[in-house]
Amino acid sequence: MDNFSVLIGGKAGYGIDRSSTILARLFNQLGYRIYVYRDYPSLIRGGHTFSIIRASKKRIYTHANRVDFILALNQDTYDLHKSKLNSNGIVIYDQGSVKAEGVAIPADRILKEENAPELLRNTCVIGAFCKVAGIGWEMLEKVIGQSVSRDLEINLKVARRGYDEAKGSVKIEKVPQSPLPMLTGNEAVSLGLIKAGLKSYVAYPMTPSSTILHFMAENSEKFSLKVMHPESEIGVIIMALGFSYAGDKVAVGTSGGGFCLMTEGLSFAGMAELPVVIVLGQRPGPSTGLPTYSSQTELHFALNAGQGEFPRFVVAPGDAEESYYWSAVAMNLAWQFQVQSIILTDKNVAEGGFNFDIDSVKEIKETGPVLWDVKNDYRRYLDTKSGVSPIAFPSNKEAIIKINSYEHDEAGITTEDPAITKSMTEKRMRKAMALKNELENYGTVNTYGNKDSATTVLCWGSNKGVCVEASEKLGLRVVHPVVLSPFPLKKFGEALKGVKKLICVENNATGQLLKLIRQYGFNAHVVVLKYDGRPFSLDEMEEELKKAVK
Amino acid sequence: MKDLDTHARNDWCPGCGNFGILNAVKAVLNELNDEGVLTSDIVLVAGIGQHAKMVDYLNVNSFYSIHGRAAPAAEAIKLGNPKLKVICFSGDGDSYGEGIEHLIFAAKRNIDLTMVIHDNRVYALTTGQYTPTSPLGFKGRSTPAGSKEKPINPLELMLACGATYIARSYSANMAHLKKTLKEAILHKGFALVDVLQVCVTFFNLYDYYNKNIYELKDNDASNFDVACKEIAKWDYNSDAPISIGTFYKKEAPRFDEVFFKAPAEMTDTDKKIRELLKGYV
Repeated sequence: MDNFSVLIGGKAGYGIDRSSTILARLFNQLGYRIYVYRDYPSLIRGGHTFSIIRASKKRIYTHANRVDFILALNQDTYDLHKSKLNSNGIVIYDQGSVKAEGVAIPADRILKEENAPELLRNTCVIGAFCKVAGIGWEMLEKVIGQSVSRDLEINLKVARRGYDEAKGSVKIEKVPQSPLPMLTGNEAVSLGLIKAGLKSYVAYPMTPSSTILHFMAENSEKFSLKVMHPESEIGVIIMALGFSYAGDKVAVGTSGGGFCLMTEGLSFAGMAELPVVIVLGQRPGPSTGLPTYSSQTELHFALNAGQGEFPRFVVAPGDAEESYYWSAVAMNLAWQFQVQSIILTDKNVAEGGFNFDIDSVKEIKETGPVLWDVKNDYRRYLDTKSGVSPIAFPSNKEAIIKINSYEHDEAGITTEDPAITKSMTEKRMRKAMALKNELENYGTVNTYGNKDSATTVLCWGSNKGVCVEASEKLGLRVVHPVVLSPFPLKKFGEALKGVKKLICVENNATGQLLKLIRQYGFNAHVVVLKYDGRPFSLDEMEEELKKAVK
Repeated sequence: MKDLDTHARNDWCPGCGNFGILNAVKAVLNELNDEGVLTSDIVLVAGIGQHAKMVDYLNVNSFYSIHGRAAPAAEAIKLGNPKLKVICFSGDGDSYGEGIEHLIFAAKRNIDLTMVIHDNRVYALTTGQYTPTSPLGFKGRSTPAGSKEKPINPLELMLACGATYIARSYSANMAHLKKTLKEAILHKGFALVDVLQVCVTFFNLYDYYNKNIYELKDNDASNFDVACKEIAKWDYNSDAPISIGTFYKKEAPRFDEVFFKAPAEMTDTDKKIRELLKGYV
């Protein structure tokens, strides 16, 4: 099999997430490239949770709805997903809790006999799956050893009983490729920020960005990170600005609701010219919406949040490597231009499981901030040609460093003088130009698929993977702008050269990228929108594009 | 003595209680500088309100924050660089109203910083509305018939939240104010000084305070129960003698001592990232 998918499902609390990691590791170790889609409700116990682990000989960045194996730990998994099974697909199920057709495993009896906890039901079924799929016991033993930190012995026992209970019927062959690390988008974002010298991370938990906070806290000692979880998102952004003033490269992470609370702080940072990186993980709204699902509804919110006018950098990475690269760049640019960077992710990219090939990531230019040269009297807001004032941090015996949320003069003292107001506004606006010019050196708009095709798919953020794979099959071009502010007008225009039909694909109800490109005189001929909280699967995208091309 | 002035023009009303606080702070910073607490190691933080102009008028490092958001900035500046001494100016509207959640958490964490509340018991910058410490029945522009809610006693709240230094002073008592501010700044932990600061324009309480204020003597500031009783004697509402002085002072574990213990400088970031990735295969 060049390409196959496994769906594993059960009640929330059944360890579906851990199981999907074990399955992904198995295929990864066998040399396959993987993508993991996680679908779970916003609760702790009960409800229905499932993951689709897709494996392929080629790099992949999306899941497919047609699956080859279903591992059912509850009846819902079978009832809700059996229609996704390919004609020669196999269902492996726990016969104590599921009525189905396929390979029945007496997990209940095995757990009882081994005196094992309920949670190991999934390990037992994975054991059976490995036998059915022709994956050797040694491989499973190794992967469980790597993935399980507690109660390894009983895990292995239960897996072995499951393994022995089943019969081999297909063979997932080894592929002669070295395994690659597997990261979620959030882990890649975290590492990118760390790569760029992150010193402080401040966040209040909110799906889908909480796992950045967890990752940073877990690895704080290794990477010398100050990790702070304050009282609210208002506290988060203001603390971040305090860290920034003290000289720490700092980032925060949230979702739409938390970002609402941060907007006054974002605007403050714009006025005070305090560098900060905000990771904004999108999920469906308005309001609480669907907390654990995905959307692309905050593009214009990110572009326009905060009162007043100030430049900002907004980037929407589409996979783990882009998340790593652009998070590092976002941090570097924030400090180089003393602006605010927003990394716009969504649940799909934030919590999706990707392979991560660090050697394929473009070199990250290390651009430090413009530091004060100590020759002249220090003025925090010295008006310069680029608009960027040399920066200094307290304590400094030679400098008095005053930042201000009011309009201010070069020294940082409050002013209402019309001439200073005008020149300071222009100074901040010149930073937007400087940032825009700098971005000419970056791959802000990328083209994939058949670059000669006059029919082109336009997408942003996490839709990259699914659009590229579907378009490659259909011979279409894909244009994926990664940077959305400052808008890369020149590169976007070049990428669209020769296009006769533009198909705009987004996970929202209004076409937010479409609105943005219209501001620059572009338009799309077909708009494909999905706003049910679920990502496009590969099969869905192929259908949509076939319709759109007609 | 350095004048610590800036080129900013002073915009407070003549007779404003803020002048007392500004002059006391100048004197204390100079004294501290002479005693080895260098003014260049000090960062002043302010919210928004008449109090906040302090940072424009003092030629010292400063972080002029937004309304209600002085405390989180002050906390992070201290955590970001523990060498710095952070003094935060805030108002009763600023920290007891808009930013109360932050004040509660700063006290709870007992972070080493000084919070000076310019408590004039009225919104002055927005021209006269009732605040969390205005007395019941206060006739302001948003409550022309008199406010219908009782004030909070902010010092009771701070004691409950874990502040380890709690004092009250009066903007017209220079000697007391200087002594109290200096003690608060030197305290290791979260120190709050509620300064009864008179707004001559919107709530002129000079006569009232001069008649009712007395200095605390011989109170046991190390005793929580004693502090509790002493603080409760005036509820910011009723007619009662108003004590100024240090109600509570105690050394206790501080968040900023335990928050960050790893080495501040990172080396071999790339190597460490690659090592970490090996665990993700």
